[in-house]
Amino acid sequence: MVLDHLLVNLLDLAYAIATLCLLSSGLALIFGLMRIINLAHGEFIVLGGYVTLAATQAGVPIWWAIFVLAPLALALFGGLVEWAIIRHLYGRMMDTMLATWGLSMLMSGALVTVFGNTTTGVTNPLGALVIGPFQVGGYSVLVIGVTALLMLLAYLTLRHTRAGMVVRAAMQSPQVVAALGYNPRTVYRRTFMAGAALSGLAGGLMAPLIGLTPASGGQFIAKSFITIISGGASVLTGTLSASALFGLVSKAVEWLTTPVWGELALLLVAIVLLRLMPQGITGRYFKGQV
Amino acid sequence: MRALHANIGWWFGFALVTLALLFAPMFWGSFHLTLLVIQGLLALSLGLLWGQAGILCFGQSAFYGLGAYAYAVAAMNLQGHPWGTLAAVFIALLVTASFAAALGAMMFYGRVSDVYLGVITLVVTLLFNKFMNAAAGSAYVIGQAHLGGFNGIPGFPPLALPLSESFEVTGDALYALCCVLLLLALAGCHWLGQTHWGRALAGVRENELRAQLLGYDPRRLKTGIFALSGLLAGLAGVLYACWAEIVTPGLFSLKQAAEVIIWVIAGGLGTWIGPVVGAFALGGLKSALATQTLIDNTVIMGAVLVAVVLLLPRGVVPSLQRWLQPLGSRARWRLRWMRGEVTANVAKDSHHD
Repeated sequence: MVLDHLLVNLLDLAYAIATLCLLSSGLALIFGLMRIINLAHGEFIVLGGYVTLAATQAGVPIWWAIFVLAPLALALFGGLVEWAIIRHLYGRMMDTMLATWGLSMLMSGALVTVFGNTTTGVTNPLGALVIGPFQVGGYSVLVIGVTALLMLLAYLTLRHTRAGMVVRAAMQSPQVVAALGYNPRTVYRRTFMAGAALSGLAGGLMAPLIGLTPASGGQFIAKSFITIISGGASVLTGTLSASALFGLVSKAVEWLTTPVWGELALLLVAIVLLRLMPQGITGRYFKGQV
Repeated sequence: MRALHANIGWWFGFALVTLALLFAPMFWGSFHLTLLVIQGLLALSLGLLWGQAGILCFGQSAFYGLGAYAYAVAAMNLQGHPWGTLAAVFIALLVTASFAAALGAMMFYGRVSDVYLGVITLVVTLLFNKFMNAAAGSAYVIGQAHLGGFNGIPGFPPLALPLSESFEVTGDALYALCCVLLLLALAGCHWLGQTHWGRALAGVRENELRAQLLGYDPRRLKTGIFALSGLLAGLAGVLYACWAEIVTPGLFSLKQAAEVIIWVIAGGLGTWIGPVVGAFALGGLKSALATQTLIDNTVIMGAVLVAVVLLLPRGVVPSLQRWLQPLGSRARWRLRWMRGEVTANVAKDSHHD
């Protein structure tokens, strides 16, 4: 009984950490490699959700919609955005932030025009999981699993494949990579597309759990922005450690008080953290990790 | 020479804004214009921080909202006193300025810079937004003012002067007050840019290490300008509270924060008139668009921001200045050539113009 209760709470905590991780992974990849903050990230996620929604309504099986269509559509969209906006602004961090903020407003406005200002949802394909006297959502367990798998896959790709090596090298010195025959611009474009695809996957995966509205991008971007900045320069280690810290703090405060105070605590911890470690967690610890 | 020409340009712009403020009520209702003037003041507060010191604060709306809330709470509690609302204004300004000073000191003495500073200011805005949205119920009361959560605080007394009988500053009087304050703030910013302090700030903006080696303390300078900018934004918030007669958590929203930045960057960073013009133009555009339902408002705002960053990174006013400047110097040169003042060092001289 006590053990069951503990297990349920641990799952709850793991879910909080996994969603933070999942939602910020696309942004983290783009920021880690290109030093670009895509403030339209939240709308990318929402768009992924809407692609899943539209696809399931058109009769596509939900798993196809989540794991194939949403990432694919967002990769293409990401390529378009990179071509139209981002590539003109490399090396101008603040300008990129402002342009993508504009893009985010444009996208959320366009989504309102197309889908209307209403909450829609995708039906949850999985039932509940029974642990002793408790029930947990089977879908949340799936989210935890997929996130863990995704992180592992990203680690292996970055660490042990040639493409991952090029990406990490471009992160350190684009000039050397160019001298060795890889065009940094191509690397950047593909990374941006990969990041967008990750956002699309996150959106598709979260779609059955949250009510989609065109305005929900705002809550995603704030959380993921805070997570990756607090994480610091290393893509995976930073995202993981910051997600773990923030998930733990917000859940702990939530158990003691209310969900609102949990969120407020998350924001407060972020401020204190950035004050103490202006370079993020991986700027001080775990230096040089992936 | 150059400073004088810049000054002529500045006085010209200042006069233009003054005239526009004077004659605008003939064409549009002063109720709506008041909001535009208040937004101009808010844009100027960010223009001061961003243009003079190169600090991009993502959360200028935090100070705006804080000023409005502080005024509402103070005015509720001081209700009935003849000097109550005036005292409330000073309390609100004090609260925002000290909050900005504390936040600025925390960041600048911790050597937090550019993007990290953006995150912190954004997070502070979000904190306020979330807290105020949740602060409903009897637990969240300051004196006699209920914070009211999502619904905000309605029904606090508007600004009143304790003249022979209490004189409420609303309608045209409020418009006049806002205009005077905006013009004073504009002139103040211009004056500030020419003082020693303003020049030291510009030095920090251009090269922080060099300014530091010359003996200036960038942390102190930045904290100072941050507090001053917060004070201006707080003043805009107080005026907003007097105008709207209700304050809601929407003041702290990300949308509001984004809009201020769009006004400043579209109008022109590094000028004083630019942000104000940007706020007037885009605020006016927004309300004009609100009457139609074909295109969502945020689409236009977003498109403006993307277009300005990509095509006019210096903003409208500086670009205009750059186009007009060659015309002006050519005309001056021709005048001097006709007078026979032009000598062999013409090329060098015209460069200095």
